[in-house]
Amino acid sequence: MNIDLRNIVLENSDTIVKKWLEEVSKNRNNDYTSTISDELFQSTNREFVNVIFTSVDKQGVTSELDDFSERLINLGWPLSYITDGLQVFRRVTIDYMLGQSEKVDTDQFAKILDLVDNWVEPIINQLVNEYSGSWEHTVSLQRVALQELSAPLIPVMDNITVMPLIGTIDTERAKLIMENLLDGVIKHNAEVVLIDITGVPVVDTMVAHHIIQAAEAVRLIGSTCILVGIRPEIAQTIVNLGIDLSKFPTKSSLRKGFQSALELTNRKIVQTKQSEDNVEKLLDSLNKE
Amino acid sequence: MDFQSCVKIQKEWDIVGARQLGRERAKAIGFGTVDQARIATAISELARNIYLYAKTGKICFEIIDDLEHKGIRIYAIDSGPGIEDISQVMEDGFSTSGGLGAGLPGVKRLMDHFEIDSEPGKGTQVKTVKWVR
Repeated sequence: MNIDLRNIVLENSDTIVKKWLEEVSKNRNNDYTSTISDELFQSTNREFVNVIFTSVDKQGVTSELDDFSERLINLGWPLSYITDGLQVFRRVTIDYMLGQSEKVDTDQFAKILDLVDNWVEPIINQLVNEYSGSWEHTVSLQRVALQELSAPLIPVMDNITVMPLIGTIDTERAKLIMENLLDGVIKHNAEVVLIDITGVPVVDTMVAHHIIQAAEAVRLIGSTCILVGIRPEIAQTIVNLGIDLSKFPTKSSLRKGFQSALELTNRKIVQTKQSEDNVEKLLDSLNKE
Repeated sequence: MDFQSCVKIQKEWDIVGARQLGRERAKAIGFGTVDQARIATAISELARNIYLYAKTGKICFEIIDDLEHKGIRIYAIDSGPGIEDISQVMEDGFSTSGGLGAGLPGVKRLMDHFEIDSEPGKGTQVKTVKWVR
């Protein structure tokens, strides 16, 4: 009986496909696919419906389905295109089959519903799994990428190291900051570490607490930590919150922090070119006289 | 109560979502950068308290815009364990989680108006307002 019904669908696939294409094209206007060219949309539709019929024919998930879903994912087609398409297929097929039989009793009706569900559901499951798998993969890759960016340490010159922080600091990141900071101080033999918070949007008590702990840990291993890049509005919120940052030096900009780092390591910046120019000017003016 | 918008706090990253929305709202009604930072920080503290102590809850925003004054009202609502002694948590330096203990008293100083209501075992509600000047 089931095979008979299946054959009815397969033999009349042309009619069903035609109806399906009509329905899907009708749905198109109101949503996501409006940026996709008509030709591509039509050819994808045709391919999609072929894939559906192959899998109905072969009774199960096929390699064609795998290929098709992989391609759609790569092209960035929305998942709703596929789920909508399959819902339409279910509706059209059931409609068609009910229209075929002269008299439909509830038994027959239930059988047809059941059968079509059995075709459509494995396909939906497979595709949704593949889509969400690909999203999870992307998210985990981005997580790793973010982690790599989260606490970089730059040894700018002997004994001076900078850690620029950009973006939100959560507990996980705070842990990384602490670890990288201490590892880096030992590895680069840094006397002074500058923590730059120019790019940190909000400094609340948690962030401040982590920074204080990191600075304290740096002090314990014998180096100095300077907090730089404190914007005026951040300075005001820190004062409002009543956070005590007086245990270590702070500066408004990386440049000022770097200057005091040089002082702390008994060095200073000397402009070589300009002094030569001055001497030349002096000689020139002497010659003129 | 009819809120204009709420953010659910369930994960640590929801704190970021809440304060971004708050900052956006604050900017839209004409707060300056310093007050935006104050509001964002206050939301961050309130949301973090929810995340740390109550696990789940919500932050809601209400824009006040009438003839006399303009501002933003922020509600932090949870049904967590509640607070035994409110005067204790409003003291600077008190913390049960090893933090700085500046959160709630800090929020009070960051904002113009602050109300806290808590019942042990039932939950906590913080209502706070900042006016545009």
